[in-house]
Amino acid sequence: MTTAATPASRSDATLDVSGLPSFRFSHHSPMWWGTLGMIAIEGTVFALAIASYFYLRMHSNTWPMFALPPDLFWGTLNTAVMLGSLVPNQLAKSASERLDLPAVRLWLSVALVFAFLFLGVRVMEFASLNVRWDSNAYGSIVWTLLGLHTTHLITDTIDTTVLDVLFFTGPLDGRRFVDVSENCFYWYFVVGSWLPIYLVIYWGARPWPS
Amino acid sequence: MTHATLEASMAADRVRMKDGPPAGSREARALDVTWDDPPGLLGWFCAINHKTIAKRFIVTTLGFFAAGGLIAAVMRMQLSRPENTLVGPDMYNQLFTMHGTTMMFLFAVPVMQAVAIYLVPLMVGSRTVAFPRMNAFAYWIFLFGGLMLYAAFFVNSGPDAGWFAYVPLAGPDYSPGKRVDFWAQMITFTELSGLIEAIVIIATVFKMRAPGMTLNRMPLLVWSNLVTSFMVLFAMPAVMLASTALILDRLVGTHFYNPAEGGDPLLWQHLFWFFGHPEVYLIFIPGLGFLSSVIPTFSRRPIYGYTAMVLSLVATGFLAFGLWVHHMFATNLPELGKAFFTAMSMLIAIPSALQIFCWIATMWTGRLNLKTPMLFVLAFFFILVLGGLTGLMLGAVPLDLQVHDTYFVVAHLHYVLIGGAVFPLFGAFYYWYPKIKGRMMGEALGKASFWLMFIGFNAAFFPMHWLGLHGMPRRVYTYQAGMGWDGMNLLSTLGAFTFAAGVFLSLVNAVASARRGAVAGADPWGAGTLEWSIASPPPPCNFHAIPTVHGRDPLWQPAPGGAPARVSGLAVNVREVLVTSVIDALPDHRMTSPNPSPWPFLTALATTVLFIGSIFTPWAVVWAAIPATIATILWFWPKHKDNSEDLALEKAP
Repeated sequence: MTTAATPASRSDATLDVSGLPSFRFSHHSPMWWGTLGMIAIEGTVFALAIASYFYLRMHSNTWPMFALPPDLFWGTLNTAVMLGSLVPNQLAKSASERLDLPAVRLWLSVALVFAFLFLGVRVMEFASLNVRWDSNAYGSIVWTLLGLHTTHLITDTIDTTVLDVLFFTGPLDGRRFVDVSENCFYWYFVVGSWLPIYLVIYWGARPWPS
Repeated sequence: MTHATLEASMAADRVRMKDGPPAGSREARALDVTWDDPPGLLGWFCAINHKTIAKRFIVTTLGFFAAGGLIAAVMRMQLSRPENTLVGPDMYNQLFTMHGTTMMFLFAVPVMQAVAIYLVPLMVGSRTVAFPRMNAFAYWIFLFGGLMLYAAFFVNSGPDAGWFAYVPLAGPDYSPGKRVDFWAQMITFTELSGLIEAIVIIATVFKMRAPGMTLNRMPLLVWSNLVTSFMVLFAMPAVMLASTALILDRLVGTHFYNPAEGGDPLLWQHLFWFFGHPEVYLIFIPGLGFLSSVIPTFSRRPIYGYTAMVLSLVATGFLAFGLWVHHMFATNLPELGKAFFTAMSMLIAIPSALQIFCWIATMWTGRLNLKTPMLFVLAFFFILVLGGLTGLMLGAVPLDLQVHDTYFVVAHLHYVLIGGAVFPLFGAFYYWYPKIKGRMMGEALGKASFWLMFIGFNAAFFPMHWLGLHGMPRRVYTYQAGMGWDGMNLLSTLGAFTFAAGVFLSLVNAVASARRGAVAGADPWGAGTLEWSIASPPPPCNFHAIPTVHGRDPLWQPAPGGAPARVSGLAVNVREVLVTSVIDALPDHRMTSPNPSPWPFLTALATTVLFIGSIFTPWAVVWAAIPATIATILWFWPKHKDNSEDLALEKAP
């Protein structure tokens, strides 16, 4: 803690904060903590949904129930696309933390292309689950897992779109770069949370080695 | 100087004017204008000041408390004598569902969060909460969710499957119609509000504390709200997932809870109680925080065993997640699992006992001043010890099986919840009322209210132990004469009305004191935490000069010679706040806080349309998402005026 530059009597001594920056990135920012809180909530939902999957599986004689396991192609392709999206996402994050406006515009736009791509592939994923949500409990839980993750893909895509448009149209100030950084942080969660969900949906429905 | 002339002079200075001496200065008045809510009807919907939102939240939750209490009164009248016909079984099912749902989801947890939203910024020395617009949004959706439930009740579509909504009773086969759908969506709605408030509180506590308020110096009430908020993050998603699966079963034909198609009703119970048992501690832990505020003040000494108290709060938070299966001892679960959850149920008594020891030590070594807040706190000890003992009994499998679904359980849960939360909460109201209203509550009326509540509570709920042990089942709308239950039920009903009279007396006291109470001054109790350093009621900006903190009880431990006593250098005509580091509360950066906006209200409105629509058709989720998304984007989109202020104050890291 530093005191005011000018010497002062005890009653007048103040801690002058006027020289501090007006925004900071990562855990320095309240926005980072807010995003982390959202990740904790949504991560808990995913974890409980996965636990529910295995709970239902544990109580079933056959799994998947009266259905073929989901086709691997579209889900695996989407996993690859999502992992690929981490590159422009990280470049956008780094650019925002350098306050590099042209690079933010470029990499945010590239990341957005990836977002629309994996939303498109997601439609094909639903079509290749080989079960309806109302067929049985197995269908209900796989549709719910995929639906929950898709909700996150959609909201993050909207979020990224709005930020991208804002970075082309303005008005801009330093805190908007923090928003980009936090959006990229959240994107990591959306991709990271997909990996266990992918394994559960696509490999949890296949026979395990005895 | 009027607001208009002040604003004109501020415009000339723009962002150059910085905060300064606290007492009536031009800067102080400018700060009040900057942080006040906008005037007029539109301003009412745009308000984001945390005190405004918290007061609305508190009043709303107390309104629901009154509604839940009225429902309880009708139930007690119905049960006051055998074979009564005041209400029939269908209405009784709605009544006990509405009572439990109201008290758990619309009163107990929200009121604790509402009080936290008022007090936490004041106690940590901040001008606002971390996300003020989200805070406003959380209030609006809570209000709309609660109103939705009561609207359904008044049009005879009130839920009737219990506040726990066990499937298959709550499923589509046994509960046709829309009653349970309203319940399920209201749950998701109000829990969304709770989750947002938890994030707001965590970020405020971690990043908005006054310089010098290290984690090791944080008031215990703030610690208790921090622990509670973390618990909310990990507990409430369980009930949201459970209720979403329930409405999907009911609306689109999924089979989560349908055993005929591979589902399992016990999945509901696991998810519900994974939330439901921590829920008890979400209510109880803030109550512990109230005690840790009131006891030191009325014992006139700092709390004994601060570190042990903090560790106990954290331990209680952790252990609360290991108890849920003790609600399911009567189900067909493995015996080993039941033994584990019995052990956990016993274990959680240890941190609670440690805290009780510290409070007793504080009172023992202090000079006790028995004002009304302290009476409510002392009642906690008596009631909670009884509730805790019956909790230990119910935590043991054999006794739980014996009294399962009897009035013994009803007695236990009311002893724990009312003793652990409602009595401390009333103590807190009497304690902080002078800060909120600037006037003292009447002491004589307060004591009369306390004794009515204390005697009435014990008369209402102690006989239920006896009734339970004598076999009276819970959730029955009537009973036959000659069972031996008549006298105790009548006593219980008389006790309930006495308790209600005590609550009513406190309400009268609060209303009368708002105009005629003695003027409070800044610190009428001689307390040591930061909220008592500012005027009562607090100015819109909370602190004209943000204080620096040099001890656990800042008002009892002022700044040592030469050390800074306050912060300077923040803008006064822009909502600028100081952000500090998480552990040591060192100044980190300045940040502008959002201005008032109608978008949180409008977004909440659009979200409400989505939720209500989804009760009737899943397509409502698609169509109502469009206005909700547009409202959210407009909420986020920066205004040119705000942007120019930010740019004027901007300094890159």
